[in-house]
Amino acid sequence: MNSRETTLARVRAALRDVPARESANPRDYRSCHVADEPTVLLDLLHENLVDYRAHVHRTTPAELPATLARLLAARNARSVVVPAGLDRSWLRDVDSALVSDNATLTAEHLDDIDAVVTGCALAIAETGTIVLDAGPNQGRRALTLVPDHHICVVAADQIVASVPRALPRLDPLRPQTWISGPSATSDIELDRVEGVHGPRTLDVVVVIAPALGESGHHATTT
Amino acid sequence: MSGTYLGMPAFPTAVRASTKDTQLRANLTHATHTIRDKRAKAVAELDDWAQLREAGKDIKDQTLHHLDRYLLQLETQVTAAGGVVHWATDAAEANRIVADLVKAKGETEVVKVKSMATQEIGLNEALAAEGITAYETDLAELIVQLGDDLPSHILVPAIHKNRSEIRDIFIEAMGRWGRPAPDGLSDNPADLAEAARLHLREKFLRAKVAVSGANFMVAETGTLVVVESEGNGRMCLTLPETLISVVGIEKVIPTWQDLGVFLQLLPRSSTAERMNPYTSTWTGTTGGDGPAEFHLVLLDNGRTATLADEVGRQALRCIRCSACLNVCPVYERAGGHAYGSPYPGPIGAILTPQLRGIQSEVDASLPYASSLCGACYEVCPVAIDIPEVLVHLREQVADQGGKGHRLEAAAIRAAGWILGHPAVLAAGERAASKTRKLHPQKSPGPGIGPWTETRDLPEMPAEPFRDWWKKNRSPKEGR
Ligand code: SF4
Repeated sequence: MNSRETTLARVRAALRDVPARESANPRDYRSCHVADEPTVLLDLLHENLVDYRAHVHRTTPAELPATLARLLAARNARSVVVPAGLDRSWLRDVDSALVSDNATLTAEHLDDIDAVVTGCALAIAETGTIVLDAGPNQGRRALTLVPDHHICVVAADQIVASVPRALPRLDPLRPQTWISGPSATSDIELDRVEGVHGPRTLDVVVVIAPALGESGHHATTT
Repeated sequence: MSGTYLGMPAFPTAVRASTKDTQLRANLTHATHTIRDKRAKAVAELDDWAQLREAGKDIKDQTLHHLDRYLLQLETQVTAAGGVVHWATDAAEANRIVADLVKAKGETEVVKVKSMATQEIGLNEALAAEGITAYETDLAELIVQLGDDLPSHILVPAIHKNRSEIRDIFIEAMGRWGRPAPDGLSDNPADLAEAARLHLREKFLRAKVAVSGANFMVAETGTLVVVESEGNGRMCLTLPETLISVVGIEKVIPTWQDLGVFLQLLPRSSTAERMNPYTSTWTGTTGGDGPAEFHLVLLDNGRTATLADEVGRQALRCIRCSACLNVCPVYERAGGHAYGSPYPGPIGAILTPQLRGIQSEVDASLPYASSLCGACYEVCPVAIDIPEVLVHLREQVADQGGKGHRLEAAAIRAAGWILGHPAVLAAGERAASKTRKLHPQKSPGPGIGPWTETRDLPEMPAEPFRDWWKKNRSPKEGR
């Protein structure tokens, strides 16, 4: 018997007392813990992200390019890596050098780049989490890992309430990175320190489409 | 400290030394109480915690009860997604598989993300014997490795070291392992973390092979999940060309949707966060993103023996959150090293003797490393009845006594430590009797009102202990 057969035989022998029939698991936990309304979810996401030391900014589609330019300038980003599928018009006001992601860009190259701008797959309000699934506007996992500054753009309608609500909308066959605040450690006397290995600065830009009938001139940034 | 748990003294002997270490106890008390209090708040945010806990328990039981089927489903899915699955019956076989994979790549270095399974099998030592250096990349594991030390807590492995000790270790050892500590390094945690960042980045950027564990494996999809904070996990899981994950067979869960339970239970129980900073999931390999080669080593190493014990098998539900350590009065006094294995505290006291058997003196003593106060059971997010298993294992230790007087004596000495501290025992019993009627039995029915009050249950046993510590501890030990 090889090790696979040995292990499986041991498992089966160990379970001789267990009836073959499976019992149904109770699933009476909540699928979410908040009122499932867009403004509630937006405010809760905002609050929870800030609580874990991400910087949150609200803007409109029209103001997005200016917001991104301002955030990159504020951290003196000389270079920005751009996922292949990102809407380039977002970056039209940016002064930093734009580096298009491509297969020849190694981790060493990324280490010399100051920032990255991406979209996301969705965001989870209750936990203050943004989820990346390597979609076209997010690119490879390394892009959001090696540069020290990550700006993630979230459309307000991408916000879901909870983890149980998020999972059915995500494809497990895609590699995913769930991000809740910047990299952090509490290993030294439980003092929280941001940015051990991942980006030290996480800017989350929530884009709120102006409601029908409104002028669209109410961009607010924090 | 020799960097290995083998040959360590049995619990009561180890405890006699560690309880005299006032620095250790001060560090531990501060840390466990801080995490404990934060955790109670994080848990209280979810008014369905009791239902989540029940679901977590049932999903894990269901998986364990049909483990053969779920393992085969997992194997099929991982293989279909481009991964290679290996099976290892024991530590030696798992170490052999990993060493051969690294050598086949022509490499002599690997980077590692914190993994209890690889500590359990002594992978780093086994690789070293083959001329392969394994670099630990979790900050606390780095501290432990550079200090030629051993982890003492599941979540905060260097909990027994304070900032100035850590600075001294970095200054003394970093240069021998790679990039030296910066000149004039202070003991400010931010500066220490920065030194670790620089030291490790050099290793991440050149590593060709990484070794990880996993928090969960999803049978339905073949997806592996790693939960972490620092980003060292992401570095290991995505930058190298080859990824080898060594995972205990009990880490499988049936479906992707089941993560909705465990990704709520684990971060809140563990670091007291709504969600940990980084969670990575991957399914086999993805062209152009992450490792081109993925190997999964499924580890038995005593798990099937544990599964065969109808009372003891519940220990395999453990999701390694460490909540039970932080509420345990014995752990707080003894420190993690006294348990003689990578699994310290209450979970270690039941898991280690089951994985390794109860023949050795240290393993026979572990079921006695408890006051049976029940605090560990109250906080456990998958409702493992640790006191029940402890009593069950004590019976087994007693039964094997016979001619093996040595073992019996060890067990009695261990019991003697607790019995010789009547206040610990009394405090434990008091707390246990106060909460016993509130112990979760089944998922609460319609009468949910009283149940929701028990969300604060983890706090209840703490009161009598705190009173007791206050009265019995000399002031300079506290913080
Ligand atoms: S036994 Fe329960 S409380 Fe302890 S580490 Fe495991 S899951 Fe957490």
